[in-house]
Amino acid sequence: MINLRGKTKDLAAVDGRRRIGLDAVMTALSFVLLLVIVVTPISMIIYHAFFYQGQFSLDLLIDQFTRETTLSAMWNTIKIALLVTVFGTIVGVFYAWLLGRSNIPGKSLMRFLFTIPYMFPPFLGAMAWDLLLNGRSGYLNRWAIKTFGLSSAPFNINSIWGIVFVELSYYFPFVFMQVVSALERMDPTLEESARIAGARQGTVIRKITLPLVTPAISSGALLILISSLAHFGVPAILGFSQGIFTLPTRIYAVIARSGGSFDGIRQGAALSILLVAVVAIALWIQQRVIRSGGYDIIKGKSMRPTVINLRGARIPLFILALSTLVVIVLVPLVMIFLVALVKAYGLPLIPANFTLANYERIFTASGTIESIKNSMILSVSAGFITMILGTLVAYVVQKIRPKGSTLLEVMSVLPYSIPGTVLAIGVILAWSGSLGINLYNTLWIILVAYIARYLSFSMKTSSAALLQVHPSLEEAARTCGASHTESLKDITLPLIRPAMVSGFFLIFLPAMREVTTSVLLYGPYTRTLGVQIYSLRDAGMMPQASALGSVAIVLIVVVNTIVNALNQRRKGV
Amino acid sequence: MAEVQVELRHVTKKFTTKTLGDIVAVDDFNFQVYEGECFSILGPSGCGKTTCLRMIAGFEDLSEGEILLSGRPVSSSRANLYVPPEERDLGMVFQAFAVWPHMNVFENVAFPLRIRKVNKAEVERRVKQALQHTSLTGLENVYPSDLSGGQQQRIALARAIVTNPKVMLLDEPLSNLDPHLRETMRFELKELQRKLGFTIIFVTHDQSEAMALSDRMLVADMGRIMQIDTPENLYNRPINRFVHSFLGESTFLRVVIRDGQVYAAGDLEHPLGVTPPPNAAPEMILATRPNAIDITGSTGYQTRIETRIFLTDRTEYLIPVGDQKVKVQTPHRIAFSEGNSCWIRFVDPMWYPVEDTDEEKERARRQLI
Repeated sequence: MINLRGKTKDLAAVDGRRRIGLDAVMTALSFVLLLVIVVTPISMIIYHAFFYQGQFSLDLLIDQFTRETTLSAMWNTIKIALLVTVFGTIVGVFYAWLLGRSNIPGKSLMRFLFTIPYMFPPFLGAMAWDLLLNGRSGYLNRWAIKTFGLSSAPFNINSIWGIVFVELSYYFPFVFMQVVSALERMDPTLEESARIAGARQGTVIRKITLPLVTPAISSGALLILISSLAHFGVPAILGFSQGIFTLPTRIYAVIARSGGSFDGIRQGAALSILLVAVVAIALWIQQRVIRSGGYDIIKGKSMRPTVINLRGARIPLFILALSTLVVIVLVPLVMIFLVALVKAYGLPLIPANFTLANYERIFTASGTIESIKNSMILSVSAGFITMILGTLVAYVVQKIRPKGSTLLEVMSVLPYSIPGTVLAIGVILAWSGSLGINLYNTLWIILVAYIARYLSFSMKTSSAALLQVHPSLEEAARTCGASHTESLKDITLPLIRPAMVSGFFLIFLPAMREVTTSVLLYGPYTRTLGVQIYSLRDAGMMPQASALGSVAIVLIVVVNTIVNALNQRRKGV
Repeated sequence: MAEVQVELRHVTKKFTTKTLGDIVAVDDFNFQVYEGECFSILGPSGCGKTTCLRMIAGFEDLSEGEILLSGRPVSSSRANLYVPPEERDLGMVFQAFAVWPHMNVFENVAFPLRIRKVNKAEVERRVKQALQHTSLTGLENVYPSDLSGGQQQRIALARAIVTNPKVMLLDEPLSNLDPHLRETMRFELKELQRKLGFTIIFVTHDQSEAMALSDRMLVADMGRIMQIDTPENLYNRPINRFVHSFLGESTFLRVVIRDGQVYAAGDLEHPLGVTPPPNAAPEMILATRPNAIDITGSTGYQTRIETRIFLTDRTEYLIPVGDQKVKVQTPHRIAFSEGNSCWIRFVDPMWYPVEDTDEEKERARRQLI
């Protein structure tokens, strides 16, 4: 490996005072911006959880942590996250193996379809399943009661298991994608040498293949665990009506009930400390697993991996995979689109009851257009600003490497480890006047939260790209007479531009459908698309919420298609 | 003659690829490998050597023909027979070693025995022996990632010999090692074979590796066997231009044969002074080795030294002959300067017909697979 650090140092030594000037400015700017955007809100939470009117006090924490509601919310959070992780891992590994290593038909198409849940907003999925399996009014439940003369609903999605099921169908791709790629890149001779040693196919899977992909499985599983612990949308949609709370939804409820009073926010801050503590344990385990490292399983010449003939099980397993896809992808989509058309929620889903009035209604109501506009403005500006900021930080961390660059790196990825709910509370505490700046009820406060939340995305993609730019490229520009600024502008930036663009879309897409932080930050005129859908549904206007949900889905699909087309074209060059 | 260990009868393997259509990767391979022999399959990439080895191992089924191990058919298109790799009782060492990173050295080597349900004491004993043979004693509890490439290669070797297989398949076993280590491992491999008496079939594209190890070599090109012979005969009597150029350095000269005299193309006035082969075509390729050309005498073809290159162990000259240039290697003591006049004489050359350009195209096409 080339020692990048050493090379960069040499270049700095060769350089005159101008470079130090530019580098120092970039370094200082990175520190200041991260302090403002990341460190301030986090410190505010800690301060308000432990201090009351300038005095250190544990009363608030003790009061909150000993409440029955807190304990049950914590227990629910952990229970749901563990169940989602266990079942998500099983489902993910099973389908990764089936699509990566067997001769099941239609492999490449199915591989694509299995990653769809990844881009679909889980709270829309929860909404769809609620429409279908709500204990009282779900379409399927009512149909089953009527058809089979049952006394009560056979399914109840508004339960712990319902929440687990819906989260599971959106989180298993974490494991699926990791394991599929590990299986694909694995050196096939590792398995072949076991065959030669006398092991049968089944033994090889058990003794060689599975142990070798264990690192991929566990890293995917931990991703599920951490995401589920912090997840807001699904338990918010499915749990409230039955009084099932998780820590993120309890925090939301506490603040919503107090009408945004300072006391409510303080309680939220105290609960946030608990949630962060729970997530921190999971993060700590994740760090340990990552540090213990994977196996080096990719070497040698590339060959086709051993494909296992399923023989008689081929068609049944194909049908199983297809039904899974229907359940996790098709059913929620169809539900949203059908309910969007129905005249009133509860009417049978037949053409006679269909109307376009819901679309008309949402588009004539000022709130909807406003919310789409808000989400667009927020996503584009958050994407753009974060792209620039992330690249700046990445450049400082990777190329300038000042003292404290590790701190800089930690600060930039920290917010993503923090649940969105917690981040939102920090932003409220920091930017609603207590520090002299009041952004509350403006789009700015949501923008600041988005930038903090998504900074790690652009920072990571730009870092990876910068590592690819060998120092000799900038050095060559310098020997040709370019100044440091010129070589940065003419050589480095053009080379990492593709990574910056993909960083933009990595932020734009989730920001478009964001609900967790904006639901705590929105004001009367700053509803986002996600918040608007959530509020319509909360107000019982299911068909209108579905109509707007379908608009969101179309928007996501359109943007995704454009991004994919752009990526494809870039690969062609 | 020793007993036949491995036999291929009319073995053919066809692939259908999306981009290139049908490819005959292995076309009518016939050969026998005897007990205790070291037999190598050599050729450029795309020649079918790896496919051939994988068919013997059982990772690929064949399209036509028959493979026999110790006289027992293991793959046969006629009998519709295919024995899976785990039932063929072979040892195999792969290019990337394929040692399992989640098992330590002992567990790696013990794996084939444990699969065979050998009792514990016997496993201990045989693993110990295999580790001794491969100089790995003392590393039982170490994991492969903490070992060097050479040591990992030894684990792979120990794992392959631990069941005492009669036939050992090696797939470019040394090409992932650095040159110095490669040479050491060559000797160790040969030594191990002498001690344990197994038969080796190995695949490589490295001619010096093949030369050093093999009793007999098979040179393949474009899915067809070109020649099977001892290393000496392959080097001294290559059957065609391809084999000639594949082993060692070659000098080819386009020549015109007229009235019993041989002329370099481009100079039909001064004959080269070599005897043409019987049944010579009017145009042919004269083939020789750069170190088998004499420039010290005063017979043959008169020309001059154009370029002189001084190397560590020899001197090289580029000498114009007709409209072509011939490379000549001599010991340092034969010293000409650039511009010097000299006589060039071809000692005992080989003769080949002028090559077909279609063959070149086919070769290029197959390299894409």
